[in-house]
Amino acid sequence: MKIPKMILSLTKDEMQIVREQDVVPFRNRVREYAVRVKMGLVNQTKLITAASELVRNMLNYAKGGKIRIEIVSRGRDNGIRLTFVDSGPGISNIDLAMKDGYSTGKSLGLGLPGAKRLVNEFNIQTEAGKGTTVTIIKWSNG
Amino acid sequence: MEKIPILKMGPFLLVTIQVDLYDRLALNLESDLIRMVNKMGSRGVLIDISAVNIVDSFMGRILGNIASMSKILDAQTVVVGMQPAVAITLVELGLPLNGVRTALNVEKGMQLLQSMIPPDDGGGDENTEDDTIAD
Amino acid sequence: MALDTIALLQKKKQTILETWIKHQLANDALRDELISNEDGRAQSEELLNAFLDKLRTEARGGSAADDSDHVQDILETVTISRARKGYSPRETGVFIFSFKEAILKALSDEIKNEPVILFEESQKISNKIDVLAIESFETFIKSREEVILRQTDEIAEISTPVIRVWEGILALPIIGTLDSSRTQVVMESLLSQIVETGSEIAILDISGVPAVDSLVAQHLMKTVSATRLMGAECIISGVRPEIAQTIVHLGIDLSGIITKSSLASALKYAFSALRLEVKKISKDVKA
Repeated sequence: MKIPKMILSLTKDEMQIVREQDVVPFRNRVREYAVRVKMGLVNQTKLITAASELVRNMLNYAKGGKIRIEIVSRGRDNGIRLTFVDSGPGISNIDLAMKDGYSTGKSLGLGLPGAKRLVNEFNIQTEAGKGTTVTIIKWSNG
Repeated sequence: MEKIPILKMGPFLLVTIQVDLYDRLALNLESDLIRMVNKMGSRGVLIDISAVNIVDSFMGRILGNIASMSKILDAQTVVVGMQPAVAITLVELGLPLNGVRTALNVEKGMQLLQSMIPPDDGGGDENTEDDTIAD
Repeated sequence: MALDTIALLQKKKQTILETWIKHQLANDALRDELISNEDGRAQSEELLNAFLDKLRTEARGGSAADDSDHVQDILETVTISRARKGYSPRETGVFIFSFKEAILKALSDEIKNEPVILFEESQKISNKIDVLAIESFETFIKSREEVILRQTDEIAEISTPVIRVWEGILALPIIGTLDSSRTQVVMESLLSQIVETGSEIAILDISGVPAVDSLVAQHLMKTVSATRLMGAECIISGVRPEIAQTIVHLGIDLSGIITKSSLASALKYAFSALRLEVKKISKDVKA
């Protein structure tokens, strides 16, 4: 009996984000991988923009962290999975953070809910004082 | 430290963004631009983003800031050349970009700026030479 | 599976094959206009052989996985080719279930005196073939879905033409339902044409969109927003009275979006926005 489709990781890459100069090389790396899975331009743009939001959060709130970049596949679909891991202060109220317009910093507060709209799968694990891990997946055909 | 060149075109200033703006560069652009608007008595600012592939909320904030700051100094801001993929993404992201007028290209942007400025107001500097404002 | 049961089946292989083919024919499942009877027969025989091989390997304690794949491969190939050719789900089902019938019949013909053994062996065979049946169905449906997907893409491409109505004015008649993936295609198409032609006005005609609910309205608004972000304007035309009614009843707020009931009035609006005038030629103009 065929097993229900699980997500397989085909390649793994990791980048450390420590200062703002690391953002652009990170975005370029994501672009490379997105092109590799033949993602269309609009979907690439959505993915990289979401990644940009999340990496800025990591820098602004947690002084950096590490990001895992993977090519994943589920059945016939290929996609990119990004995992943002930081050991920052964590988010105490996730529901509030996921509301448009909410912000504890100087930003417009669009980072999390905006990023979620741009990708296919969005998962966040966080606890006050324990850091945050955000995982997003964008499939190549959207 | 790289700086983004600001061109003077008559009563307007033109900025063409061709590199990925990271935070410090963007903030420098804000202050350079505002100082120039003030110094030249410019009536309008044209920001050409036709080479920009990614506009996230940070970049959106910068554009909004430039528009607001210029407005205080009595200059209008028009952003031109937004790429389709960027526009589609911005709509999904939900970025309002308030106070930022847009046009398809530099030519149309200039026409728009002209229309927004009352006709009797020639601006500080009448000559139409293009000067690159060096550091 | 007891080894002698397998040997028995092997011995009766031809009979099983004949019974199976007969059932397929009786149920019109061979579709000789789609594949020749010889091919249909060959496919059946190949499956039967692979199945018996698999039973044998399993009984000897061999890894079931390997031979399972072989049976699966054949079944998958047969199912996919039949799905593409246009076999109905019933015909595909009959293929598998008459296979089971044929084998079970052979078993019951041979094992006459030991009802318990007959029952046990029949159960085992039945279970195995049921698994195959489910896999076959999954494959069948997936193949049909792929055909549909491909056709959907083709239709999407054909049904989003961008028309240069006038210098600076584009028209996009949308025909068919507007879902999220279609919206993205429409947006990309429209926006890149706007850039290429430098058109400042786009008319989105929705008279060919059957229903507008809040989701479709959202898609339309996204398209209008994206167009405005780029520095152009988007007018919605072709709004039928029923649609206007639905929109108000659903409480959708379309303020800020320019809507016209006909393409003609949208065009008129576009002309005036571009400061263009259409005048009748006066009678005095002669050669």
